[in-house]
Formats: sequence, structure tokens, C-alpha cells
Amino acid sequence: MSAAPQKAKPGAEQLAVRVSAVVPLNDLVTRFEFQRTDGQPFPTFSGGAHTVVTMQDDGRTRLNPYSLMSDPADTSTYAISVRRDDQGRGGSLFMHTRVKQGDEMTITYPVNLFSLDLRARKHLFFAGGIGITPFMSMIHQLEQSNGNWELHYSVRTEALGTYVDELKYKFPTKVHVYYDDQSQSIPLETLLDGQPLGTNAYVCGPKGMIDWVHATASAAGWPDAQVHSEEFLAPAPGKPFEVRLCKSDKTIQVGENESLLEAIERAGVEAPFLCRGGACGQCETDVVSYDGEFIHRDHWLEPEQQAGEKIMPCVSRFVGKSLELDR
Amino acid sequence: MTIQFNEETFRDDYSFYNSDWAIKRFPFPFHEDSYMYSVNMEQHRGGPKGSVYEMRFDVDEHYVSEMRDRAMVLADDPLRCQSLPHMTLAGWDLLELIMVSKSEDYPDLFELHRDGNQWRWINKPLGIDDTFTFMDETTLPYGPMEYITRQAQGDFCVLDQRDEMLWMDAGMVTTQADWSLDFDIGMNFFEWHAPVPLAHEMGIFKRALKFLLNIQQGAPARRLNWTMTVNPLLDTSPENYHKWGIQKTTLTPENIGSKQHLRVELQSFFRLPRSNALVFPIRCYLCSFQDLMTVPKWGRRLHRVVRDLPVELATYKGFIDNRPMMLDYLEQFDDGLPTSRGVFPDLETEPPLTKA
Repeated sequence: MSAAPQKAKPGAEQLAVRVSAVVPLNDLVTRFEFQRTDGQPFPTFSGGAHTVVTMQDDGRTRLNPYSLMSDPADTSTYAISVRRDDQGRGGSLFMHTRVKQGDEMTITYPVNLFSLDLRARKHLFFAGGIGITPFMSMIHQLEQSNGNWELHYSVRTEALGTYVDELKYKFPTKVHVYYDDQSQSIPLETLLDGQPLGTNAYVCGPKGMIDWVHATASAAGWPDAQVHSEEFLAPAPGKPFEVRLCKSDKTIQVGENESLLEAIERAGVEAPFLCRGGACGQCETDVVSYDGEFIHRDHWLEPEQQAGEKIMPCVSRFVGKSLELDR
Repeated sequence: MTIQFNEETFRDDYSFYNSDWAIKRFPFPFHEDSYMYSVNMEQHRGGPKGSVYEMRFDVDEHYVSEMRDRAMVLADDPLRCQSLPHMTLAGWDLLELIMVSKSEDYPDLFELHRDGNQWRWINKPLGIDDTFTFMDETTLPYGPMEYITRQAQGDFCVLDQRDEMLWMDAGMVTTQADWSLDFDIGMNFFEWHAPVPLAHEMGIFKRALKFLLNIQQGAPARRLNWTMTVNPLLDTSPENYHKWGIQKTTLTPENIGSKQHLRVELQSFFRLPRSNALVFPIRCYLCSFQDLMTVPKWGRRLHRVVRDLPVELATYKGFIDNRPMMLDYLEQFDDGLPTSRGVFPDLETEPPLTKA
């Protein structure tokens, strides 16, 4: 339209931040707080939003999404809580072992793929483990507007109950905690029965829990549109493989501990992305030809698209002789 | 720059006019000599100085008169402004976005003073100086969306985002190209676009929806759309079709240059932070054919675009019956010379009309 059209950049807009606090919460989870280096206020955001943190790890760039768990109305500080994953590809380990107070980092503007349905008469939250984080900001938001909510939070042990004490202290009647090691579990069927008309349910936690809530709610007659979930997939490690990028005329190697998207970026090829967790659809890439098998891990593509038509390079991999992508 | 606001009307005696400044910055929508649908999105982050693309919410010489016209439309038909109950938070988001943008972009016209949730808003052109509590509706004379959009040119659709879909759940719509908020309220993106020809088959709306769902905070986008309007009417609504539709029959070869207007919408898209809703401002600019013809490049190009437009589009845009008369008029301004790329007038570089 204008004289010099501006090409959209991959990823969301960036914010330069300084780590203002590193707060270990228990053996596995640490909270990181950020302030802007330019002294400007942060944008407000909506409960359930995440940010993508850029980590410079010995010449290697890692980009991991984390739910913002601070108060969305607090424009002085953003906070994320990171669970250490010793088996993962190293992003959470980098955060835990390398990031110190005072460090400068880059994070993206908030992006929300797990927002509240503001029409809901009641919000029913189900959290498992580190899946508590998006609900922390949602609860802040709803408390400011006298929202009707209830949290059912499943943790392994009392010692690993991230934010349990704070939540139970502030909202003793709304927060219900279940301890695995005490053989407690969320009474899902009972809870889904008899909720007021217009209740929306939200679940964040391990994949098994998400599937369980969706299946149980569906069997109990809940409309799918009233059951929301968010599962961030960390890209899983896998066997190295080779990919031909035909538009950019390059052949690249995808290493064991990097994602296909990261390998594409490392080769200097610009590729669109947003969540880097298989949920948003931005990095969808056409498959030109292949001889082998895909390891699809995204929540985005339809099964027929996964049958050799498209791939989500942020989380999915490939095993076989050859793969050619339209990138 | 201080803007001189026009004293003008968009109804009855139609005293609306564009100054030379307004003509040269008119958002001419055709970047080449033909037109077909496209999603044609670009980032909304400024543009050439003085152009309508420069600021987040453009304010021009028509501001005061347009706001007066909006108040008249609302007095006759309050349903032009609606907000479903869950959209109030998005209304506050929009109020903040407009107040912050205008006070930063036009500090001589608008001021915003914030002390926590106590806000003071000064709108000098409209003579408003209000103090209110942010997020407390009882401290404003209208709901937050209505309050601020009575002070902002263009229509505003506030779209809720749920289930990978956008929903027309709130809006202020008084300057529309023949569509009705009251009819569309609560509809989803595909439902409210159902009347548009050809574009569905071309997959335009699927792609557009995907793009819009992914518009993020801090990264607004924009595009242009256009149609034709006889007389400088802002309110070409279905509700009032009985009043303005008949005016399309009043065109004559003598009056077409002054009566026929190209109507351009500068559409922009902003993600709203607290509500995760999407606001879709649709800003209407009008320019008469005779004013457009003062720019030789636009004269040549408009003739070619109108001549070659598919019948379906000329019908949908409501000027198929008047197209022959338009072409007779426009043809005089097309000498067959090539035109430069892009939408800008290029007055210094494009040759004057070589036709007598």
C-alpha cells in the first residue's frame, strides 16, 4: 500500500529487560523477574499470556516460551516461573544455572494463546504442577473485576507445591490442592457436574491431564468451546537429520538437541514463528518431498496435513532418507 | 502543525470539502492500474511524514465536523453503538489506546494526565476536559468505548477472540459502507463477510482470519479498502438506504465531478492488551472525482481501474449502473501514458495530462 511496504518480522516484538530478581521456590522451580532496561513501563497483558525468552547460551540462541505469572496490571515487573527439566534440551537448565540477577535479556511482548472467555459466568481452573503459571495471572485479572473463579491444583508433594502457600493464604475458599504422594486426586467428574450454566473450564498441565479433562468434560456433555487448554511443548530432542530447504537453496543438519526451526534459523534462513511450542501455527511449512517418517508433535495441523503435506518445525522432527521443505 | 478544522456538513447541503493539503494526502488505494482483492496487509508503524499513515489514529481537518455528524447519527439511532456485556474491558483497552496515542501524536490538541487510576483527558478541538477513574464506568458519561469513539474519527469494531475465531461483539459504526452493526452484532468473521462476492472462493477470508488472529501486541497492521459514494455522505448505512440510495440516481454528466466521491477506508488492527480482543478501526476518507483529477497520475489510474473492474465487484460496490457515466468522465483524464508504481501522487515526477 505505502511506498515502502514493511515486511513482517518473524516472532513477536521484543523488549529489552534486566533480571531484577531470581527467586528459587523449591527444588525444581525458580521465579525470574524482569524490568525494562529503558525504564519504560511494560505493556499490560491479559491473563494466560506468555512471553518468549531469548537465551544466549555459548553462541547458541535458545528461544523458550513461558507463561507470564505476574499481575497483568503491574507494568513495572514481569515474572515467569521456570521448572528445571534435567532431561530437556537445556533451556530450563540455562535459566536455572546461568541466569543471574542483573543479567540483560530479551523477551517478547506478551502473546496470548490461552485467554479467559470473558463471557463465562464462572471460571473453573485445573492445574497440574508447573501448569499453575498461567492461572496466576488469570487469577490476578479476575480478582480485579470480582470474577467468579475456582482453582483445583494437583501437585506431587507439599515440598513441590509451587505457590500453594500463597494461593491458599490469599484465597482459602477458592483454592483446592491435591497431593499425589498422599494419593489425592482432583475429583473431576464431581466437579464438572453441577457447575452453573455458562461455566468455562481451563486446564494446564501434563498432556495426560489435559486429555483427561477434555475427555471427561466431553463425556459429561460440556461443549468443547467451553473447555480450554494450553500445553506448551518443549521441542523434544531426537536423532539428527538432514533437510533440504529449496527456496533458500541450502541443505542443513538438524542436531540432536536443536529443533528444526532452530536449525533453519542457524542457517540464516528467516522463518516465521510465534509461540515455538506447536500451538500458534505461525511456522507452518510446506513439505515438498520426503522419504521417511515424520514425528509430528504439534497441536496445529490436521491429520491429513500431517500425512506428508506440512510440518511445524518448532516441535516436529523427521527420521528417514530425505526431506525437502518449501523454505 | 496546527490543523484548521473545516466547518462543513456530510448531509443536507453537503458543504464538505477537501483542502489542497487533504487532497494530496488522500489515501488513494490503487498501487497499480488494476484492482483485485488481496489481503494487502502491512504493518501499521508510521509512514511518510504528513501522510494518513504517519500516526496511529490520523486526525485531519474533518475531525470536528465528523464528530458532530456522529452525534447526530447516534441521536437518531442509538443502536449504531453497541457493546455486549463481556466487552467492557476491551472498551477500556480501546479508550487507553486512543488517549495515549492521540496525546503522544498530537500533543497540541490532546492531553492525558494519569495519576494511578485518576485520569484527566483534555480534547481541545472538541472542548472536553474530563477527569475520571480508569476502569470505573460510573465516572464517565458513556461506556468507555462509546466515550472515546465519540471523539475519534472512523468506525470501530471491537472483536472478541475465542475458539480460533473473531466475533463482532462491540462497535461504534456510523460512517459505514452499507453494513449494519445492529445486524452483525455477535456474528463471527465468516458470517459477517458472507455477502462479499468472489473473495470466499479465492480463500481470502481464511487467510485474512489467520493473519488477524495472529496480530500481536505492539505490532498493529493496516490495509485499505474502497468503494464509491454519491455525495459526501459518511452515513451510508442499510438503516438509511432509503435516504441515500436514491441519490445515486441524481448523477449527471454535469455534476459527476463534484458529486461522485471515491470512498477509501484505512483499516487498522490492534491487539488490545487486557482483554486480548482485537480492535478494527475503519477510517473513512472521501474525495470527489474532480479533486482526484488534479493529480494526473490518479486521473490516469482511476479510469483504468474503474474500466477494468469485474462486473461482480462493481455491482457489490454499488456503482454498476453509474459506471458508463463515470467512464465518460474519467476517460478525459487518461492520455494513455504509463503511471508510476505505488499510491502516492508523485506530482513532481509524473507528467501533466497531455490530452486537450
